[in-house]
Amino acid sequence: MSRSAAEAAAVPATIMSRRREARPAVRAWTRWLLRRIGLALITLWLISLLVFAATHFLGDPARAILGRSATPERLAALRTELGLDRSAVRQYVSWLGGVLTGDFGTSLATKGPVSALIGGKIVNSTVLVAVSAVIIAPVSAVIALVSARRRDSATDNVLQVALLTTAALPEFVIGILLVTLFSTVVLTWLPSVAVSWTGSPWTDPVVMILPVATLALAVVPYVARILRASLIEVLESDYVDMARLKGVPEWSAVARHALGNAVVPAIQVMALQLAWLAGGVVVVESLFLYPGIGTALVDAVRNRDVPVIQALALLIAAVYVVVNLIADVLTILVTPKLRTGVR
Amino acid sequence: MSVTKTPLPACSVTGLRVVLGRGGPDVVDDIAFDVAEGEILALVGESGSGKTTLATALLAHTRRGARIDAGTVVLDGRDLLAATPAEVRKRRGSEVAYVPQDPSASLNPVMRIGRQIREVLDVHHAGTPAERTARVRQVLAEVALPDDDEFLRRYPHQLSGGQLQRVALAMAFTLRPRVLVLDEPTTGLDVTTQAHVLATVRDLCARHAVAAVYVTHDLAVVAEFAHRVAVMYAGRIVETGPRERIFRAPAHPYTRALLAAVPSVTEPRVLEGIPGSAPSPGRRPSGCRFHDRCAFREPECTDAEPALVTIDDSEVLARCRRAGHVRAQPLGFTVASPDGSAGSAQRPEPVLRVRDLSARYGSRPILHGLDLEVGRNECVAVVGESGSGKSTLSRCIGGLHEEFDGTITFRGETLPPGARRRSREMRKAVQYVFQNPYLALNPRMTVGQIIRRPLELFGLARGADATRRVHELLGQVMLPPALHDLRPERLSGGERQRVAIARALACEPELLICDEVTSALDVSVQASIVTLLQELRESRGLSMLFVTHNLALVRSLATRVAVLSDGRIVEEGETAEVLDRPAAAYTRRLLKDTPGHGSELRHGGHESR
Repeated sequence: MSRSAAEAAAVPATIMSRRREARPAVRAWTRWLLRRIGLALITLWLISLLVFAATHFLGDPARAILGRSATPERLAALRTELGLDRSAVRQYVSWLGGVLTGDFGTSLATKGPVSALIGGKIVNSTVLVAVSAVIIAPVSAVIALVSARRRDSATDNVLQVALLTTAALPEFVIGILLVTLFSTVVLTWLPSVAVSWTGSPWTDPVVMILPVATLALAVVPYVARILRASLIEVLESDYVDMARLKGVPEWSAVARHALGNAVVPAIQVMALQLAWLAGGVVVVESLFLYPGIGTALVDAVRNRDVPVIQALALLIAAVYVVVNLIADVLTILVTPKLRTGVR
Repeated sequence: MSVTKTPLPACSVTGLRVVLGRGGPDVVDDIAFDVAEGEILALVGESGSGKTTLATALLAHTRRGARIDAGTVVLDGRDLLAATPAEVRKRRGSEVAYVPQDPSASLNPVMRIGRQIREVLDVHHAGTPAERTARVRQVLAEVALPDDDEFLRRYPHQLSGGQLQRVALAMAFTLRPRVLVLDEPTTGLDVTTQAHVLATVRDLCARHAVAAVYVTHDLAVVAEFAHRVAVMYAGRIVETGPRERIFRAPAHPYTRALLAAVPSVTEPRVLEGIPGSAPSPGRRPSGCRFHDRCAFREPECTDAEPALVTIDDSEVLARCRRAGHVRAQPLGFTVASPDGSAGSAQRPEPVLRVRDLSARYGSRPILHGLDLEVGRNECVAVVGESGSGKSTLSRCIGGLHEEFDGTITFRGETLPPGARRRSREMRKAVQYVFQNPYLALNPRMTVGQIIRRPLELFGLARGADATRRVHELLGQVMLPPALHDLRPERLSGGERQRVAIARALACEPELLICDEVTSALDVSVQASIVTLLQELRESRGLSMLFVTHNLALVRSLATRVAVLSDGRIVEEGETAEVLDRPAAAYTRRLLKDTPGHGSELRHGGHESR
């Protein structure tokens, strides 16, 4: 056993070096995080360029506002008023400077500051997305777990067909079906639109039921199907079998050994879907006339309200970037191999 | 140690049968054996024999799709298979424990080592929390691992393969079970680590009177390690008895054929493969299940399956109608005559010359100033433990690894680093066969397309000519022409490796680099691949660089050996010279750790020294 003794003796040395490396590990972590944040900022900056270019170079807002019949004098006056007579670079710099200091400009439609116009709507949409996410995550997880545990059984097959059918429907079709079922033709339990509603979402939660249900039905099938696949892989892994052979009870083998390893795909797919929701609310909000960023964006596009469009486009893009950044950080935190070996 | 005189069976199996699905074919059937306290029973068989299915069935567990259909597994006087699920769970880990094949896959990657071992105690409610913590440390010390907090907090990926297997052993021994089931626990380990894991198992089993069922395909390990042997073929035990008797005079033709396929470190045996391949459940022949591959077959063998019966009032049981006859045949091995070129004869002119090769991965140095030559028509083996750099060396020469200094010359021309910078002629002349045939073939292409591709790429043949060449190559690697239109998924491991070799041969190479080409294969398949390579070397004048960790295989195949340790060649010379009179301490240690050195496998029926 000379070798095992040597092996055992060699281990304290590696422990020593590991201890010494503890601080560099923290430093490596910080460096990684700073780099990711830096990259996120660069991404956001590139997006601001694209948003600006898309809204400014693809048509003259002044002409769009005044229409075909506008006289050259009125056009020129409006351009000066909007600052459109300056060079594109200067316009971009002053816009970006405003964005960085929290000033998104003045709405062309209401003549008020953009931040005041969209501030409340952002809150409304955030509540809508957050409530949907809180419902989507556990529902998908439970469906995935049931299907994966009873793989290829009748229950699983029924669930899979139901999920695929739902996934095949666009969210506005789901929304219309729900409205037909619950508020107009079949039953009249729930309000079909939230248009009369002006207060905060929590003062009249009933109006939120159908929008949330639509979003949940649009997203749950994807999340559940991906989770099912990753759970099946994990449930058939050697380490879950090993847990069973150690005498670990079945529920514990699933909860402690399987779920811990299925969480990474769960984080990634939830992040993608949350980011999608930030943009996907547009359709659902306008369907139910829910006063969030979706309806605000539709209104702004209809009114050629360029500053509002810019602010909302930038916001939705920022949600994408931030959510994915958070997902990557979480992934590393729950994966020991990545956490201890981050470069 | 020897078995006690009145062995009390710690584990008694009768009539065990595992089937696929509802009323499907059996995976294993009619399994019966006893294992006494302190005894190690080796369950030997090739892939597809059902040995892993049997191993987990001993813990009342089957993989998905399979079902235990009949039989009893009596531990401690009570049948485990008749127990309720809750009771089965309670008895697993405490009465019978399992050591997995691949601990890197069987330990939970997101759970700390300490918690995984402790879990065994937790789920069985053993002792107080403080006692559990103490027991975890104690059992880690028993398997010669550190028991400090830092080690307990580690995750599996922070341990080496050998350490992981010790953790799995510690987990199995935590509750001092009476029966231990070990499922090929040393397959992925190099000889030195294997030797120490085996020593630990033997030591613990003897000390705590544990009965062990040791599943393996490695007969060399069995020859050193087991007290009794049960040989499995196509779901049946075909022969069982004390190790010495079975190795000296096997009564079943399959056992005999397996023994003839095992290389020996001490003599250059001519290895004999077993024709055909082991049939999978549902495709097993009627009558004796081995009859279609058997050298002793009679017409009656196809009629009825023989029972497992005692042979000549020995302790050996065999399932063969001609067992008495088979047993009476002396077990002889053909030993290759020393190579004509060996001895004082001059080495052939070098085809490949490696000078002062230093390779690295990023900032990590792997090889330090290597010199190596491969002569025309020579087979030079590069041996060493995992991590010694032997694969890096072959990858540098093959043009798959570019980060190196030093020169590699081939027929006097310098080979630039990286295959992309090499001329067509160079790429064609140096071919590579990979370790894992399951990953080396494109699953979307048919066998015919795979072999045909290099012919077209190098402009060697086209159209009907190419088709004819492909069939010729299939014949050369002894594959039936019917395989031409199949995709790799339909092939066995051995067949895949033959396709990989045929693909390399299609280029008409001068140098063939074989990187652990048999390590993923069964012994009988390994034997036929080695025989094939040997024949190809002779008939085509090929030069070969054969990378392996198996010293016994080197003896049968290589003309010269280079022993690699920590990126340096510590010894190089003619095979017999190096293996019989090793000069370097490292080579001596490697030889000492190689199983089959000084056991029954050395002297079968003949004593020619």
